[in-house]
Amino acid sequence: MFIRVLYFGSLRETLGRAGDVGTLPEGIRVIDAWHWFNPEKSLPENTLCAINQEYVKADATLCAGDELAFFPPVTGG
Amino acid sequence: MIELKSSPFDPYQTLLACQEGLHQSGLRFGATCSFVGTLRDFSEGESVVDMFLEHYPGMTEKFLARIEAEARHRWALVDALVIHRVGRIGRDEAIVLVAVWSSHRGDAFDACRYMMEALKARAPFWKRETLTGGHHRWVSGNTNGYPAHPGFDCPDTPT
Repeated sequence: MFIRVLYFGSLRETLGRAGDVGTLPEGIRVIDAWHWFNPEKSLPENTLCAINQEYVKADATLCAGDELAFFPPVTGG
Repeated sequence: MIELKSSPFDPYQTLLACQEGLHQSGLRFGATCSFVGTLRDFSEGESVVDMFLEHYPGMTEKFLARIEAEARHRWALVDALVIHRVGRIGRDEAIVLVAVWSSHRGDAFDACRYMMEALKARAPFWKRETLTGGHHRWVSGNTNGYPAHPGFDCPDTPT
């Protein structure tokens, strides 16, 4: 299934890219998608995850066409 | 109303214009409460030259609108406003304006505080400071503005 991934803030800078796209196995979880696209790197502590612009836990399951995002704690205001 | 702005704005002129609009619409209020967040020139002991505010297009607007809707649901508000800067921000420029109008002060004070704290906890923005000497530093996190008031916990605060 096709998944689009976005990275923001210091995580984007550390990874050196703003996102990934790829075809992943059906029923894959958020944490699995992280390792799929970042095989050499564990998910940094405190990283927040969102599917289709809603916060989710790292064990949430992805569906085809989802927009997945990883980012550090938010610092607006 | 929510708005993201990529250029400087005067929060006080904005407030005046909003109040004028409310009067012209025949809306009556007895209380206005506003919060303006401004870029400080010092952070954690270092001099800040300017700041870049990154956001998640789509999700940021969605969460600001949701926070405004939550406040309107919880308190009796005549109107509510959130304006937040994105992009490069210079010293002393306003970063955020939250304002609410209501019949009485209790709703105005509480709703304004709630919206500001919810924004800081949930809205996807990231601050990168430029320090004297030109090097950059990402702000690591926001503090909890309500440590002694668990009743103000946000329903979908990320954990």
